[in-house]
Amino acid sequence: MAVTVKIPTQLRAATDGESTAKVDGATVGEVLDALYARFGELRSRIAEDGGLRRFVNVYVGGEDIRFLDGLDTSVSDGDEVTILPAVAGG
Amino acid sequence: MPPESLRCRECKTTYPLDARYVCECCFGPLEVAYAAPTAADPDEIKRRIQAGPHSLWRYRDFLPVQAPPRGALPAGWTPLLRADRLAGELGLREVWIKNDAANPTHSFKDRVVSVALARAHELGFDTLACASTGNLANAVAAHAAAAGLNSYVFIPADLEEQKVLATGVYGTNLVAVRGTYDDVNRLCTEISGEHEWAFVNINMRPYYAEGSKTLAFETAEQLGFELPDRVVAPIASGSLFTKIARGFEEWLAAGLLEGTPPTFNGAQAEGCSPVASAFSAGHDICRPVKPDTIAKSLAIGNPADGPYALDLARRTGGSIDSVSDEEIREGIRLLAQTTGIFTETAGGVTVATLRKLARRGDIDRDERVVAYITGEGLKTLDAVRGTFEAWQIEPTLESFEQASQRVAAIA
Repeated sequence: MAVTVKIPTQLRAATDGESTAKVDGATVGEVLDALYARFGELRSRIAEDGGLRRFVNVYVGGEDIRFLDGLDTSVSDGDEVTILPAVAGG
Repeated sequence: MPPESLRCRECKTTYPLDARYVCECCFGPLEVAYAAPTAADPDEIKRRIQAGPHSLWRYRDFLPVQAPPRGALPAGWTPLLRADRLAGELGLREVWIKNDAANPTHSFKDRVVSVALARAHELGFDTLACASTGNLANAVAAHAAAAGLNSYVFIPADLEEQKVLATGVYGTNLVAVRGTYDDVNRLCTEISGEHEWAFVNINMRPYYAEGSKTLAFETAEQLGFELPDRVVAPIASGSLFTKIARGFEEWLAAGLLEGTPPTFNGAQAEGCSPVASAFSAGHDICRPVKPDTIAKSLAIGNPADGPYALDLARRTGGSIDSVSDEEIREGIRLLAQTTGIFTETAGGVTVATLRKLARRGDIDRDERVVAYITGEGLKTLDAVRGTFEAWQIEPTLESFEQASQRVAAIA
């Protein structure tokens, strides 16, 4: 299933400047693994101990995956997955 | 203490002092790092402070900017009032209210925006922006107007009308987003990557957050360069809460204060209490929530500084508590009726939490307690609507006396 991942500016040095990437996967976890397979440097920046680092937020269609099923959240063809820093606001 | 760099709070990677807020290595938050305190005589530093302006710029030696731009709206130097009648109600001896409603746009946000705007000006930005629960919207719109900058203010569409009107009047680009504050924040985080704007609480956040330290500096100075024993302050993102502590710690390190840092008690509304929930569950990170509370200025379901707020409360022997909407309304009335200060819902959360701590026996009777009132009651009038009735009379002496007797009979 092809999903579009939006890459925040802070990670674009690790994606050759790309702001989006189309990857396949049935869950958010699979989508991220596919992304790491393409851009190896990304994994160490946002992943830790098999999960996400604590200051990384991931959204599917604008909803925080922690309100869904986390990395097991299923995604459908054409969904948009957004990675953003968590330290904004307040 | 000149600023040296931006440094990741997690992995300690350093970056230049430009408009950035996230560590590219680990996504941790960046903070301003200063040169080590010089061996300057603390009395000399105090004299410099006391000779400074009656605004937060008297503390510029401890801020990451050189000076405010010409025309900047002065913020800070708000009253610290000893609240003996409130203390009496709570069975305490020494309670102080830091009334930060006495700022140009009537909330503590004038402090953080002052510092963010000054740094944005130094970096050459011509547009200020923010994601706001209301108070920040007022402040960004007003300070941008005073300094002659463009501004974009993003708010949740269901914000209190008073806060919407008190933003639009300054001529900002006011954007009402159909969603929660957390939706607005996510959107603005995306926009900040695409536009060359100074988003005060996103790409300027390391500088912005420093402004909250001045709440600690002022409190200490107003107490005669002494520390309180305990601080009660509201938590939305947790930035204000943690930076008040940082302010006291910096002055201890610089020799301006002696003793140990205060105990920190955080205050949240039950309808949006991700940090209080994590505290009571013993977790060191917060699970986000969907806010549902009258305390909209604290309605951040996904608090950026939650982990640090938890750490602060635990290491100082404090706590993070939550109070119901009814307790918030009671807190507003208790403060108004014992101090003459009318606060917004966030202040109601703080006072209700103070009362809860006092009733629980957490506060020793002899402690010196400072409660931070961060905003103005006129901005959240619905919180007091229907809590009292005016006497309805004709314009005659007889009508007044009749009403007076009626009321006396009921009382």
